Parts: sequence; C-alpha cells; structure tokens
Amino acid sequence: MSVGLVIVSHSAQLAAGVVELAAQMARDVLLVPAGGTDDGGIGTSLEKVMAALDAANTGDGVVVLTDLGSAVMTAEAALEFMGNPQDIVLADAPLVEGAVAASVTAQSGANMATVRAAAETALDPAAAGALGSVGTSSGTDHGAGGGSEDGATGSAAVTAQLKLINPMGLHARPAAVLAGELGAMDVEIEINGVDGQSVMMLMTLGAGQGTELKVSATGPDAQKAVDLVRSEVEAGFGEI
Amino acid sequence: MGDVSVGRTLDAAWAVDWLRRSAEVIAENRVKLIELDREIGDGDHGENMDRGFQAILVKLAEGEPETPGAVFKLAAMTLMSKVGGAAGPLYGTAFLRAATAAGDEAALDSGLLAAALAGARDGVVARGKAEVGEKTMIDAWAPAVDAAAAAVAAGASPAAVLDAAATAARAGAESTDPLVARKGRASYLGERAIGHRDPGAESSALILRAAADAAASGAGA
Repeated sequence: MSVGLVIVSHSAQLAAGVVELAAQMARDVLLVPAGGTDDGGIGTSLEKVMAALDAANTGDGVVVLTDLGSAVMTAEAALEFMGNPQDIVLADAPLVEGAVAASVTAQSGANMATVRAAAETALDPAAAGALGSVGTSSGTDHGAGGGSEDGATGSAAVTAQLKLINPMGLHARPAAVLAGELGAMDVEIEINGVDGQSVMMLMTLGAGQGTELKVSATGPDAQKAVDLVRSEVEAGFGEI
Repeated sequence: MGDVSVGRTLDAAWAVDWLRRSAEVIAENRVKLIELDREIGDGDHGENMDRGFQAILVKLAEGEPETPGAVFKLAAMTLMSKVGGAAGPLYGTAFLRAATAAGDEAALDSGLLAAALAGARDGVVARGKAEVGEKTMIDAWAPAVDAAAAAVAAGASPAAVLDAAATAARAGAESTDPLVARKGRASYLGERAIGHRDPGAESSALILRAAADAAASGAGA
C-alpha cells in the first residue's frame, strides 16, 4: 500500500475538503479526515482522531496534518494516549499545501519520513530539494536534442528538450503524475531547473501550452525517467 | 493498624467523587467561565468544560473504574473527546499523566497524590508550552503542585495535601488578573487582557478545590 494520511481540522467540512483536494492527485493513498467534534460542532475530538489513525494505517505508517492550535494538541494527545507509536508522525506543515505535497509523495511509494518531509517543506520545496539532492545542477549542459548516452553509470546526464502541447500545460494533475512516477525511480531529475520529483516545484514553473521544457537526469534510472517525461509530454498528458 | 491507615490514602471512590464534584462546580460556574472567556477569548470555555464533565458523569453512570488511575484515565479520554476546544487536550493530558503517576495502585498516599498532581502539571506544560506568568492554567497548577510537595514534606495527610494545593491554585488563578496573556487567543489582546482573570486558571482552581472537598468529605478515605 502506501503511507496513509490523517487530516485533523476543527471543521468536518474543512477536513473533508482537504481530503477531496489531495485525493485528486493521489488516488491510491488512504486519506482519512478527522474534523469537528463528536456532535458535529467546531472543534476536535480525540475519538475521531484515534479512529482515523487506525483506519489510515495499513502497515506503512501514517502522517498527520493539522489545522489550528488545539488540533495540534489533540493530535499530540492522541499519540500520547496510544503510547507514542513509532509508525505515526505529526507533520508541522500548512494544512492544504502540506496535504497535497504529502499525498503526492505518498502516492510515489515514499516512506513515512519522506512523506512528512514533503509536507513540512511544502511552502519551500527548494529547501527539500537542496537537502535531498547532491549537486545535480552541473548536469544542465545542452546535449542538443534528444536523450544521449546511457545513464546507467550515473556520470553523464541524460537530457531532452520538449514542448508542452496540451492546452492546460503542466498543471496540477500532470505535475502530480510526473512527480509521482519519477519519485518511484532512482534518479536525480531537473525540469527547467527544478526537482522533477517534487509536485510543488513543478507547479511553481507555471508552464503553459507551448512552453519548452529542458529535462536533465542522472542516476541509474535516468534514461527511463527522461523517456517517461517525453512520452507523457508528447501525449499531452492524455488530455488531447 | 486500622486507625492509622484511615485518612492516609485516597481510593477510587474519592477519585469518582472528585469528578462528580467537578462536574457540579463547573456546571454552577458555566456562565461565569463563559463570561470570563468572552472578555479575553472566544467565549466557549464554560460551555466546553461543562459538556466534557457532563459526559464524564454519563461514563461514570455506566460503571465506575476500580482504581484512581483508571478513574483519571476515564476522565482523560472523555475530556479529550468531548470538550472540543484547547481545554480538552490540556485537561485530558493532565488527567492522563496523573493516571500514569497513579499506576495500578488501589489507593494513593500523600506522596503518590503529589506525584499525580505534578504529572498533571507537566502534561499541561507539555501540551500548551506555557510558563508561569503567561496568564494560563499553569498559573494555577504550578503553585498548586509546589504547595502539595511542601505539604507532603511536612507529613500532611492526602486531604491536607489537596487543601494546600487548592488554596494555592485559587491564589494562582487570582494572580492572573493583572497579567498580559502570552498564549492562546487572549495573547492577541495585549494589554486589554489586564484586569480579566484567565478562564482556564479559574476552572483549574475550581477543579482542584473539588478534589480537596471530596477528600475532606471522607469519600474513599
């Protein structure tokens, strides 16, 4: 399965809404809302949070996202009540951006710590990239058109230059698809200078129809990664 | 030996009586707590606390736990689930830590009682990250725990330990009147919070007095 997510909010509607939004980009991730009090009012409920934690954990761990102050306290109290289990962690992250980043990262099969890190760096994905990658920026030499050498040795970069043809360009859904698929590969990949494994970074490109994408990848899966990006872009992400 | 042990420990019946008296005093002060909270917060403290303690009464009617620790745990679970606002996890964690300190003991002597109170205070600190002087529950709990420890050192009975704690909590709650709040929603008010008592410190003082009253009445002694 994958890491599960629990969304704790003072409002049942807000929790459900965040789940609805995040689920769009991560259809295989178990997202469980825990919003409002037991009687449907504004507030948080230990019982609801604990039930959600149970439901979200399929064995790969759970990352918990919260909204305001006492939601954090209720989530912390729930963990304390459960004896602070090792396979549940709280993310100190903005609720909406954190939930989107975490769910896309979970969709790619990342582990609990990586999913939490994705949530916590959602507002500054470059920071996560800087932590995770080791000097890939040197690989942005212009290897002309298509992919070149075999990337298996990891020394030379596989590059490609592609043009977005679908009307919506690289919007949220395709960004999630790319980041999800690339996240599961053993590759360091940059698209127009940002981390291709980060949905948030891809979305910051704001790349619309006609935009040229410079792709550069290193690592064992470099060729496979570039081929994937090429086929997705050339197919217009299935939107044309 | 029977006479010596009388009044030297407090059992589950005392803990249950404490919760019942707390529910009663919170219900009586519901409007007062709402008004205090309306002045410097969002006005829900009295409502939330009353809902939480009424839910405890329902749970107790279904069956009374057999140790003080189990009674505290019931209170923790119920308050965290039913209170809704910040007071839920704060009081809930207080009772949860008190339950941990009390363990499976059938009755608490003065030392264990003081340890349970200290655990409760530590729980509030861990959850709320507040310090003394920030116009919060801690302004009642910290002096209460210090007074309890001093009473234990002087060889006081559990009832006397609780009386000392309750008296100190009352003074501590009143000490919040002139303070500027540093935590929670009241902190947005700045100097406008001066002259208003912190509702959480007030409810803490009420609840600790209920504990002392339960012990003084002889329940569970």
